[in-house]
Amino acid sequence: MARKATATKAQTQPNVPQFSNEQDLEAFREMLLIRRFEEKAGQMYGMGLIGGFCHLYIGQEAVVTGITMASEKGKDAQITGYRDHGHMLVMGLDPKGVMAELTGRQGGLSKGKGGSMHMFSNEHKFYGGNGIVGAQVSLGAGLAFAAKYRGDGSVSLAYFGDGAANQGQVYETFNMAKLWKLPVVFIIENNKYAMGTSIERAAATTDFSMRGASFDIPGEQVDGMDVRMVYDAAQRAIEHARSGKGPFILEMLTYRYRGHSMSDPAKYRSKDEVTKYRQERDPIEQVRARLLENGVVTEDDIKKIETEIRAIVTEAADFATNDPEPDASELWTDITIEA
Amino acid sequence: MPQILMPALSPTMEEGKLAKWLVKVGDSVKSGDVLAEIETDKATMEVESVDEGVVKELLVAEGTEGVKVNTPIALILADGESAGAAPVAQTAPEPAEAPLVPAEKAAEAAPSAAAVPAAPKFEAQNDPDLPEGVEMVEMTVRQALNEAMAEELRRDKDVFIMGEEVAEYQGAYKITQGLLQEFGPERVIDTPITEHGFAGLAVGAAFAGLKPVVEFMTWNFGMQAIDQIINSAAKQLYMSGGQVTAPMVFRGPNGAAARVAAQHSQDFSAWYSHVPGLTVIAPYSAADAKGLLKAAIRSPNPVIFLENEILYGSTGLVPKVDDFVLPIGKARIARKGADVTIVSFSMGMRYATQATEKLVAAGVDVELIDLRTLRPLDSDTVIESVKKTGRLVTVEEGWPQGGIGAELSARVMEQAFDYLDAPVLRVTGKDVPMPYAANLEKLALPNVGEVVQAVKTVCYK
Ligand SMILES: Cc1ncc(C[n+]2csc(CCOP(=O)(O)OP(=O)(O)O)c2C)c(N)n1
Ligand SMILES: [Mg+2]
Repeated sequence: MARKATATKAQTQPNVPQFSNEQDLEAFREMLLIRRFEEKAGQMYGMGLIGGFCHLYIGQEAVVTGITMASEKGKDAQITGYRDHGHMLVMGLDPKGVMAELTGRQGGLSKGKGGSMHMFSNEHKFYGGNGIVGAQVSLGAGLAFAAKYRGDGSVSLAYFGDGAANQGQVYETFNMAKLWKLPVVFIIENNKYAMGTSIERAAATTDFSMRGASFDIPGEQVDGMDVRMVYDAAQRAIEHARSGKGPFILEMLTYRYRGHSMSDPAKYRSKDEVTKYRQERDPIEQVRARLLENGVVTEDDIKKIETEIRAIVTEAADFATNDPEPDASELWTDITIEA
Repeated sequence: MPQILMPALSPTMEEGKLAKWLVKVGDSVKSGDVLAEIETDKATMEVESVDEGVVKELLVAEGTEGVKVNTPIALILADGESAGAAPVAQTAPEPAEAPLVPAEKAAEAAPSAAAVPAAPKFEAQNDPDLPEGVEMVEMTVRQALNEAMAEELRRDKDVFIMGEEVAEYQGAYKITQGLLQEFGPERVIDTPITEHGFAGLAVGAAFAGLKPVVEFMTWNFGMQAIDQIINSAAKQLYMSGGQVTAPMVFRGPNGAAARVAAQHSQDFSAWYSHVPGLTVIAPYSAADAKGLLKAAIRSPNPVIFLENEILYGSTGLVPKVDDFVLPIGKARIARKGADVTIVSFSMGMRYATQATEKLVAAGVDVELIDLRTLRPLDSDTVIESVKKTGRLVTVEEGWPQGGIGAELSARVMEQAFDYLDAPVLRVTGKDVPMPYAANLEKLALPNVGEVVQAVKTVCYK
């Protein structure tokens, strides 16, 4: 019996979409900021300045960078899980506020009350920073619901992992999102592992772009290590959602170089696998090479950018180290609003 | 002669309007024919005939409001019945005379205290006597839990373990270390991140007779599955009239961890202790962890086993006997004393123990009780102690409202009111979500100083 696939699975474009020199430069700066910021955070964790869980985004920088470049900053909402530092940096939140939240200081984005996993910004329409795997998916659809309800033309960008993609509420949300044509793009950051579990050991089918098939949600698998591919796919997906056609799924094939959180036995994958990604697929190196090759910048220009980025990160780290802890009275604030 | 009665559209409907008759006297009707339409403020319904025959009389006029449920509204003359056989006046009682609810039912609706049988009392057993000179082995709580599971897996083929990262990763907190290697992937099973799904699946497997041990990476994630725990596992025995059981354990770290903020740091003790049908255990020492987890796995009931991440590495002496099983539902008197009773459990015991050391050094003779099991709650041990000391301080990490301390306080008030020399005081986590900042987190948690202070207060010192 012939069975008609209800969802269209677009193949990643064979011809790589080209970036302008300006776009390459912008992507380079953004991704480098995330990389250096995260390296610093890792270091500060080791020094005991950051506590609890701390999930670094190193290796996945192209995903949030490409998506955000394709979105309308300040208009489109974004929401993710606990691996959230990069999202905030690219969305334009102050690195000092992000780092001070990691150290639990009063100048942190959540006044030090939320920590690494819980940061938000109404102004930038960033809704976290969510610690419960899968929760951000339905929350993200809720942001899209509000966008449609108000008719403000915004789109919601909801990021979640390959592990999160197995949670039940994801499929409840897919159904509603399609049923109500919500302007939401589901971005599955497939970094091949959920903690120590590879996708093959947790998922009956590992092509996550097809997870919306039974709801007729189109999906696309994208090289998430190439910021141009991410940008290109995001443009189409966001346009689809914004034009009233409903949700779109982007599966970003990406990789995290570091452990799941700071303590990670790293026995579930080989060193070779990590090295291979770092050496052959690194999202930042790809852009650096292109910039140099195209003669857009010289080695000296690159050095200058790196120095600038380092200065931003150092400033953030200094601030986060010296800023005082929240006042003790903060223990009892922000629980409910006095009406 | 069949009567048509005013039907109820819902369990709460008492009266309604007879909106319209769709038959008239003399019409023949068959079962399924619509006779009338009735209305309430909420709904409209068609009244169908269940009998065959001829409409003899319409007793309530179309448009009548306030027709009481069960009032006869029509008479049908069944086939073969003669019209004269039963005069209408005799068979159809006056609507006003028809009691709305039969007398027995009325009694049910307003039960008197005497009508509710007393709840049976749970009789806990004492800890088993250990053989003279038994060897005590020092081990961590982590090892104790691991041994308990390994022993039960060896003992009973129906026992299996499932959860996130329990097998190949050896457990997110290494509680299941080595179990995959010894028992294989059929019995030590890594799940996807699907708490509601795998908890439900495990409950189903338990219905079918297996004995699942479900690990939640932490109890914070168990909240995804709380519906299956409460609505399926806890209530199954009762709902099935005692037929279908869910012999299983849900376990994992509960309570505050370190610096992981609001969504990853909270105590569910009071939540689960609220639910009939569940057994809730929250051990403090390594020996209790081992003996009670073994008891939990053997229990015919669904057991909530609340561990504590911070206690995993703490050590204690565990008796080296072949099969060390402790009784569920029995508190342990950690120190005998005469002046004041401190009751706690799990991580709270750490604060309580340290406070006790300080207080004893200062001359206060503290009796310290570790509840170990939260449901069934060993009130007897607590009440007996309070009758002796006249003073009670409870210690827990959870929020104060509706907490374990609140429950103990109520029970002591009900059962030992006359013995109290001071109001019961509760030391609890602060009534706030857990903050991340180091200084605020410290403030949010209970501490030794607060326990010492509470004891001094109830001792009027
Ligand atoms: C409901 C729930 N279950 C379990 C966890 C513990 N946990 C945190 S992250 C994680 C793995 C998630 O993997 P994935 O979705 O692939 O995201 P990644 O970490 O790879 O970015 C798990 C199991 C959690 N936070 N919430
Ligand atoms: Mg992943």
